Amino acid sequence: MSVKLLLAKAHIEGIRGFEVYRREGGYQSVEKALKQMNPESIVEEVKKSGLRGRGGAGFPAGMKWSFIAKPEGVPRHLVCNADESEPGTFKDRYLMEFLPHLLIEGLIVSSFALGSNDTYIYIRGEYAWIVDILEDAINEAKANGFLGKNILGTGFDCEIHVQRGAGAYICGEETALIESLEGKRGNPRIKPPFPAIQGVWQRPTVVNNVETLAAVVPIINMGGEEYAKIGVGKSTGTKLISACGNINKPGVYEIDMTISVEDFIYSDEYCGGIANGKKLKACIPGGSSVPILPANLLLKTAKGETRYMNYESLSDGGFASGSMMGSGGFIVLDEDQCIVRNTLSLARFYRHESCGQCSPCREGTGWMEKILHNIEYGKGKISDIDLLWDIQRKIEGNTICPLGDAAAWPVAAAIRHFRDEFEWHVNNPLEAQEKNYGLAHYADPIHVPVTA
Amino acid sequence: MVKFSEAQLAEVKRLVARYPEGKQKSALLPVLHLAQDSFGGWLSSETMDYVAELLQITPIEVYEVATFYSMYNTKPVGKYMFEVCQTGPCMLRGSDDIIAYIEKTLGIKPGETTADGLFTLKTVECLGACGYAPMMQLGKHYREHLTKEKVDAIIDECRKTAGVLN
Repeated sequence: MSVKLLLAKAHIEGIRGFEVYRREGGYQSVEKALKQMNPESIVEEVKKSGLRGRGGAGFPAGMKWSFIAKPEGVPRHLVCNADESEPGTFKDRYLMEFLPHLLIEGLIVSSFALGSNDTYIYIRGEYAWIVDILEDAINEAKANGFLGKNILGTGFDCEIHVQRGAGAYICGEETALIESLEGKRGNPRIKPPFPAIQGVWQRPTVVNNVETLAAVVPIINMGGEEYAKIGVGKSTGTKLISACGNINKPGVYEIDMTISVEDFIYSDEYCGGIANGKKLKACIPGGSSVPILPANLLLKTAKGETRYMNYESLSDGGFASGSMMGSGGFIVLDEDQCIVRNTLSLARFYRHESCGQCSPCREGTGWMEKILHNIEYGKGKISDIDLLWDIQRKIEGNTICPLGDAAAWPVAAAIRHFRDEFEWHVNNPLEAQEKNYGLAHYADPIHVPVTA
Repeated sequence: MVKFSEAQLAEVKRLVARYPEGKQKSALLPVLHLAQDSFGGWLSSETMDYVAELLQITPIEVYEVATFYSMYNTKPVGKYMFEVCQTGPCMLRGSDDIIAYIEKTLGIKPGETTADGLFTLKTVECLGACGYAPMMQLGKHYREHLTKEKVDAIIDECRKTAGVLN
């Protein structure tokens, strides 16, 4: 069993309510932070912890906090990004649904550290029932003196408001989220200025993911240094992984980032192996935007070393032979799955979700979907594969926000690792309508060149 | 005529109070949700103009938001909207078959509404239920681990509820 800092108490009956949560040690971090610490020392602890943003980018949270501007007389805001929309990702939903007070507790401590008296949770519109769960938790916290005016007699005031989005993946990008919170279309802003200088209503703003803010609770309770001892290298603490696709036990798991990818997939404590006794063909380990890997490169790096479930190991080999930890949305594909069809599905997603501001993304995502559609339905040409490669290259890095990159990477990785499957589709258009390419050689051991 | 009740107006007031003075436009998304729920499940231009007036913003500011976000319906929809996820992770678990089954059972394609006005089928992109796929959103809640039998049961349930309400 690995260490569990966030979900250890998720299964205790009644933990969703204040009374049980408090009895189980909840809100201790608020008492410690507000009574024994000051904002600077809290930021210091978070820096020491090595906590990296859990939304996907993995940026050090403490450093992000230290960037917030503090102009005299201008209110600052903390905004919790609960717009979880990256395909394969459903960890924040789990955390908010079953442990709402853990998020509220983390938000109070973080609001104190950043000097936010009005903190917002921006939650995706589809999670409509979770809004009620969070508002109940907020009301309970308030009734018990942990929110509102003069919290615990320390003079600190804080309100938390839950804002519902309305269906737009792009609002998970922090500046689009801020635009949306201001009642506008979710068009990302050009940076700089960064939100830490000019965010919501032009005020200094920090936007953090749900899991990141929940992790502040154990960091304050145990201290940043202790937290940093869990995990390995720059992958400190624990990470929530939402596992889905063709596995026996889909669900949300908390890992301490020292477990191998192979153990994560096959052990009964986690995914429980591939469903229906099938074989593993491929995996998208960190949400749909990160590069897909064939089974052989997923379990071992190009150097033949075991691959682990952490930031460094998952990205070992760069995009040539590695992937990314991303948001922790772990999507497993079995031997019966078609890479072309899967890539088409994701391309359609990004075309649908492009905000339309930048032409490389707006036009490119549409063309990638059309070309993939042709290949999937037997009307593709060999030159289409090169055309797809060309289009994704022209999107990547040429847009205001990372949605362009997020749309380009899955297509690039699919072609990079599964080009022969695309070619088979093009060369066997009729057969490809009847059956899939199958496992082929994608699980075969990789040849590792031996150096003398 | 489109008009909120006193209770709904109080809710609008509560929402607006969450933002700084003069930033009432921030309440637009939540107020549009309230309007859509209150006025027949969609946003007519009359409804959008009313919201603009309430929040003291121009109608175009409401239109551009209403047309950007996928949850706002700018055309009438059925009493029950089956929003079935079709993105990668759901597809791996058979969402295509579920969509085809609903099409066949209700005799409608995605985007269409049954002649009796009861059901609308809509395909949607990832709703964050990948581990519980295939799934659909029905009103405020998710229906997960869908099978053909479960779809039948949901359709029956909707027909019964509609019968009781009429």
